[in-house]
Amino acid sequence: MMRLHGTEVVDTFAEAFGMWGARVVITAETPTWAQHAARSLTGFATSVIGCKVEAGIERLLEPSDTRDGRPGVSVLLFAPDADGLAKRLVERVGQTVLTCPTTACFNGLAVEEEVDVGGQLRYFGDGWQASKVLDGRRYWRIPVMEGEFLVEERFGIVKGVGGGNLIFLAQDARAALRAAHDAAEAMRTVEGAILPFPGGIARSGSKVGSRYPSLMASTNHVLCPTLRTQIDDSDVPDGVNAVFEIVIDGLGPEPVGEAMRVGLQAAARTGARQITAGNYGGKLGEHHFHLRELVG
Amino acid sequence: MTLTLTLREQPEAPVRADEALRPDRLASLGRAEIEALELWHGNRRAALGELFAVSGAGAQDVRVEGDLSRVAGVGAGMGGGRLVLAGGAGPRAGAGMGDGELVVEGDAGDAAGAGMRGGRLIVRGSAGRRLGGAYAGERAGMRGGEIVVHGDAGQEAGGGLRRGLIAVAGQVGPAAGLNALAGTIVALGALGAHAGAGMRRASIVAMTAPDLLPTYARACTYRPPFLRLCLRRLRALGLPVTDAQIDGLYTRWSGDGLELGRGEILILEAAA
Repeated sequence: MMRLHGTEVVDTFAEAFGMWGARVVITAETPTWAQHAARSLTGFATSVIGCKVEAGIERLLEPSDTRDGRPGVSVLLFAPDADGLAKRLVERVGQTVLTCPTTACFNGLAVEEEVDVGGQLRYFGDGWQASKVLDGRRYWRIPVMEGEFLVEERFGIVKGVGGGNLIFLAQDARAALRAAHDAAEAMRTVEGAILPFPGGIARSGSKVGSRYPSLMASTNHVLCPTLRTQIDDSDVPDGVNAVFEIVIDGLGPEPVGEAMRVGLQAAARTGARQITAGNYGGKLGEHHFHLRELVG
Repeated sequence: MTLTLTLREQPEAPVRADEALRPDRLASLGRAEIEALELWHGNRRAALGELFAVSGAGAQDVRVEGDLSRVAGVGAGMGGGRLVLAGGAGPRAGAGMGDGELVVEGDAGDAAGAGMRGGRLIVRGSAGRRLGGAYAGERAGMRGGEIVVHGDAGQEAGGGLRRGLIAVAGQVGPAAGLNALAGTIVALGALGAHAGAGMRRASIVAMTAPDLLPTYARACTYRPPFLRLCLRRLRALGLPVTDAQIDGLYTRWSGDGLELGRGEILILEAAA
């Protein structure tokens, strides 16, 4: 056990997995419309367990940061495989950005590996779509009732990391949530990482498997305070009455590690009683983030 | 390191560079080999060294000093590197080029960038007829890349244009986009008569209202999202694009009604 600003930090590690990630840049006439589209695009995308994709808003963009000089939002999406990510991009951009007033949609990753997004969405134009090539990139102009929807043809994808995590334990739910909230606020400043759960925080951490064969995941019972006395393997210490988890996905191990580091520091200052991380013994995930290295 | 060719004196007869003055080819040659390259000078073959003094070698960055207005095909077919002409250029400068950058500090002759496939042609002065156009007898002209003209352009700019971007800061002569198949022509100055005649799918952007052919029909007035990108790109390339042009409303005229009718002429509306 280590101590950071008086908070206990368990000498363990977060076990994370390889995922494919993409960055989508949405621009619009106003920041509000860009955010409407971004929130819709990242909705119901907390966990691949039930949503097939994990997504979140990375940051808000000033007009000077975007290709068309309008306010925008940068969004990250993650899926277990490249094909799946391509399908989710087409579905989500098509249903949430194409439909949103005044928006345009651009690739935000200049990398070699790309998937076709605008090239699929163009068929919504029913033959009236047109393409333009600018500076080596192809864009599709799709006629819509408002005027035109502009979407880039290809979006870059990279091998990222999904499932970085921190777990916050405190004497009551209010204190635990305050610690997790401050950690999430700090983590959101890290470029290249997102927190896919509502407000960045999950109250229902899960374990692999279930006593019910049809379920691939179930509640992480060892960290449920209400079960402390009913199970033999509870990890909830005396005096702890609430636990929250933050899951972090990133475009690489560096942003995930950095987000965990700043989150750990912020939560320890806020007064979490204990901070730990979830793992599967190191046998399932290829990325291990040791809290000992993040505390130093 | 830059390879510099200096025109010894104004040639007595027109010179045809064909594809000899290509930076991607010159880069692999020694000085003696460059001097030995043959050009057509009138009706005889002449060594490059007879017409140009050569200094430096082995560079994809090539500068040519002197007025090349009597030299045809400079940079034609170039596939990379950078070629700067300190003076003007004769006909077919950069014709058929596939990559790299050709900068003409003075005026360019007719058919500059004709049949171009990629790369960038920048003309600091004005360009002649059939800028980025098609050769006689060919259906398609420019097939890709960017042409940026800081002065004016002559008639039939973008004739047969199939893909790519042609932007002119000054006036554009008559029949711009004649029989164009696709691609984009932007006229920041006045656009001449008969623009878009026979056009199938291309876009012509005008900042002042031209005399439109009666085979174009008004569709709507809106802010085309791709145009913001396009105009910001042109501003980045050094053209005097204003905020009013980037943010402005454009009226879309669809045509040519005698052809496929999928083309458009976008005309900036005067600010209220």
